[in-house]
This record gives sequence, structure tokens and C-alpha cells, in this order.
Amino acid sequence: MNAVHRTTGEKLFDAVNVVLLLLLAFVTLYPFYNILITSLNDPADAARGGITFWPRVISFENYKMVLQDESLTGAFAVTVLRTIIGTATAVLFTAAFSYGVSKPELLGRKLFLILAIITMYFSGGLIPQYLLIAQYLHLKGSFMAYILPNLFSVFNALIMLTFFRGIPKEMEESAKVDGANELTIFWRLILPVSKPVLATIALYNAVFHWNSWFDAMLYGGEHLRTLQQILMQIISSNSNVSLMASNLGMKAVTAESVKLATMVITTLPIVFSYPFLQKYFVKGIMIGSVKG
Amino acid sequence: MEDLSLAVKARATRESGRIHIGKRFWAQRYLMILTLPAVVWLIIFHYVPMYGIIIAFEEYNPVQGFTFSPWVGLDNFKELFIDPSFMDSVLNTLKISLLKLLFGFPAPILLAIMLNELRAQRLKKVVQSLSYLPYFISWVFVVGFMYTLLDPRTGALSGLLQWLGFISSDQLLMGDPKTFTTLVVISEVWKNIGWNSIIFLAAIASIDPQLYEAATVDGAGRFRKIWHVTLPAIKPTVVILLILNVGGLMNANFDQLFLMKNSMTQDQANVLSIYSYEMGLVLGRFSYGTAVGLFQSVVAFLLMLGANYSSRKITNESLF
Repeated sequence: MNAVHRTTGEKLFDAVNVVLLLLLAFVTLYPFYNILITSLNDPADAARGGITFWPRVISFENYKMVLQDESLTGAFAVTVLRTIIGTATAVLFTAAFSYGVSKPELLGRKLFLILAIITMYFSGGLIPQYLLIAQYLHLKGSFMAYILPNLFSVFNALIMLTFFRGIPKEMEESAKVDGANELTIFWRLILPVSKPVLATIALYNAVFHWNSWFDAMLYGGEHLRTLQQILMQIISSNSNVSLMASNLGMKAVTAESVKLATMVITTLPIVFSYPFLQKYFVKGIMIGSVKG
Repeated sequence: MEDLSLAVKARATRESGRIHIGKRFWAQRYLMILTLPAVVWLIIFHYVPMYGIIIAFEEYNPVQGFTFSPWVGLDNFKELFIDPSFMDSVLNTLKISLLKLLFGFPAPILLAIMLNELRAQRLKKVVQSLSYLPYFISWVFVVGFMYTLLDPRTGALSGLLQWLGFISSDQLLMGDPKTFTTLVVISEVWKNIGWNSIIFLAAIASIDPQLYEAATVDGAGRFRKIWHVTLPAIKPTVVILLILNVGGLMNANFDQLFLMKNSMTQDQANVLSIYSYEMGLVLGRFSYGTAVGLFQSVVAFLLMLGANYSSRKITNESLF
């Protein structure tokens, strides 16, 4: 690098900088860590408190209890299903629109873009949307309530649009010479070439579906509960328990431990895959913000 | 022969400008198959609810629907402005949003600058990646661990605060109206600081290194470089994001507040979006709830216009 003449002030600054950033890293990770070790701790022992850096009495009781719970395994299936189906459909649906709109010769192209961008600034709000989905479309209680309203996102479409515009025309033109129509080109040529942006959008969608609980609460019904929704129900009933500030003994202990194990299970996929996938998360913003 | 082909060409050129829309459509039918579904989707899932805002001026009932429910004009709004809970929700929304802006807006900028000044590149990458992990987990998880860490008897964080003497041994922080707003702001910063810093880091990364070198030649130390090179370079980004954030002042994060709200803190947690939800979907007063929501949207829009205008006047940067 350059000739380093660091004054004492600057050396101090550097040291403080490193310390503060390490502190940030610690504060970011600690909650996850604490939940993990407490969940691995025997429930009765955990109620005594004081578990900070290491589990005291290791036990898998909590996980055994949680994994046998049928409503949880059911919610796991619902969540996995909606994540896979919802993500695949949304990526295809959004990509199709973005590809079409990336073609300057498309009839109505400007109109479609304006229609889409307006919805980024205005929306009907929660209640009209609820009335639409629950009453007019009769989707309440149906799995489709998780899929259909999430097929498209203007934000994601714009990211894909930027990417598609950068694909060299020669590729498509040679395919056209070979007699392919746009559908074939889209499916066989564009999609494989666009793997980076598709992966990014897929991740955004997957995280959304995996973490969703509010739409499950509004439209889900008994049999379509998602993981986060179950966790939310545990937390609200728990918080009522702890607010009463009374010693409920075993019951409070078990409720808290169940909550912790559930928290670990529901968040594990994201935390686990994060180191490998995080560069895709960031790429999306970069591509999008270059345009902005 | 020459004249004839010229005439044919001239005629063809005139006519191509008037090729029937239908023919053009048919030529692009495959592109249309790809594009139109999303347009239809937008109309169904965005524009129909936009039309549905009309029920704020009606007394909605499910049988008569959006269009035919009885019209009541501004009655819902008249009721709104004398409703004390509504006024509370407006004040709470402003209070929480302004605090979030005050602390949560500079924090990512500070983080970006600090990360940029880090000399060890590997440490920088690691800390940076870690910092946006919280963005991807759900608020349910965050509120869940807040209850755990702040439990007065068993929580690690509560233990630390008690040991430091900041709180007494019985203080239930999550159930205390006085600490509610603080917890809301802190948890929001924790969750979003990393993700929000990305855009500033990108802006800083695009600064021409020669500017720094010139500053070194001029004898500038670290701090002056930050002040005179880094900060001015990210000013456009800061301004744009500030405008967007001011526009979002009315929103105050439904998810977070819904989850943090409990029987003891429900007054503090009453913000516009929550109030709209409670009136509309919990109590079933669809029209009234929509009126609250419409108020929220209109004010947000006006705020954004105002922020954009004043920013253009003061700093020459604006969103539009």
C-alpha cells in the first residue's frame, strides 16, 4: 500500500475501530448463540438462569419434545412446500415479465413499466387487499393464498430487467435464425444464462416464504400454519405467562424451552446456508442500485 | 423498372407506419405470452385493492362489495379526527419513526465508514457479512430472543444490565411501557444496520482513489480525509435515502410492533398501521380501518413530496 505514517491519533482510531467492529460482530452473533446453548440445556436447569456462554447440563429433551409435536412437523411441511413452490413460480413469473419488457419492440412496453412502477409508490393498503384475497378471490384457507399474491414483485422485476438488458443480442439473434421463437429462447437460452440473477431473486423469495407468518395468520386457517406462525403463537402465549410474573414451575419452563428449540429449528436453515449464499443476497442490491 | 421498384418501396414505407396493431401484436405473440400474465396480476393484486380504497368513503358491507356499499362521504374521516385512539396512534407513529430516523439513519453510515477504514481486509469481509445476517431472519425470531435475553430472572442480557446497575432485579423490560420505545429502536437498528450499510459501502467503494491520494499530498490525515473525501462522495446517496425514509415516516414497521406488543405495552405499540389492522380486521370495521390506512398513505406521499422539494432547494439533490 502507501507509505504509512500513522500518527498516534490515527493508531488509536484504528484500534478503537477494530474493537468496535468486533463488538458489533459479537452483538450480532450472541443472540443466536445464546438461544442455541439454552435450547441444548436441560429445561429445569435452564430455569435457574445464568446460562451465558456454555450450556450447563446438556440435554436434547427440548428437541425430542418439539420434533414429536405434530403441529410443528405439519407446519414444517407447509413451510417447505410453500418455499419451494412459491419461489419457483415467482422466479419464473417475474423473469417472464422482465424478459418481455426488456425487448424495446414490445407493444405497450412503456405502459406496462409505468403500471408496475406506480405500484411501488401507491398501494391499496392492508384491508382492501385482505378483502380481495379472502372474499373476492375466496382464497382464505387455500394453499394458493400463499402462492398467488406473491407471484410478482416490481423490485425483483427491475433487478432482472437490468440484467436481461445486458445479455448480448447476438445470442438471441442466432437462435432466431435457427428458427426458435421467444418462448424457446426464454426457456433454453435466457434462463440458463441468467443463473446469477435468478439465484439472487430465488433467495429473496425463499427467505420471504420461509419467514412468513402474517399471511398465514390472515388466510391460513388451521391446517396451513407456517413455522414462524407457530413460533409466534408460542411467543405470545409465553409472553403472557412471563408477564404474569408468577412461578408456574414446570409449565413455564417447558414452554420456554419448547420455544427455544422451535426457534433454533425454524431459523437453522437460514443461518446455516447464510455463509454460502450471502454473496447472492448482496448482488441483488448491487445490480438494482446501479440502475437507481 | 427503377421507377416502379422505388414507387413500391415508397408505398411500403408509408404503409408500414400504419401496420395494424393486431398484426404487430400477433408478430409478438410469444413475448406477449411472457409479459401479459404479470400485467394481469398487477391489475388483480394491486389495482383492484387500489380501487378498493373507495370503501373508506362508504359503509362497507361484504354483500354489496366495493362498488355498491352505501356512500357516506367523509363521515369516516370526521369520526377519525375526534377519535382519541387515532390521535394516539398518529403521535406514537411519529415518535417511533422520528427516533428510528435519528438513531437508525446515521448508524449504517457510521458502520460503512468504519468498515471502510478497516485495514485488515479479511476482517472487514467477515464483519461485513455478519452484519447483515440479522436482516434475513424473521422478526418473530428477534422478538423471541428479546423475551429470552431480557427475562428478569434468567435472561443473559438482563443479568448483564442488572450487574451494571442499569436496572433493578425485577424490571420486566419487555412489559414496561417506559422502555418499550427504546427497545423498538434498538432492535430495529440491530436488525437493519448491516443491510442498510451496503448501499453506503457501495457508494464509498466507487470513490476515485486519486482523491484520497491528492488529499494525502495536501497533508490530510485520516480524519480530514473522511471529512473531505468520503462524506461528500456519499452525500447524494444519503440525501436520496433520507427522502425515502422521511416518506416512510408513517409506516413504523407493522411486523415488529405487532410482535412486540403485549397487554402492558399496547398503548405504546399503537401506531397507524396497527390501528388500521385492529379496526379493520380485528373489529371488522373495514371502512374505518381503510380510512386510517388511506390517511397514512396520503400523509406519507405528502411527506415524501415535501422532503423531495426541500432537498432540491437546499442541496440540489432529489429523487424526482
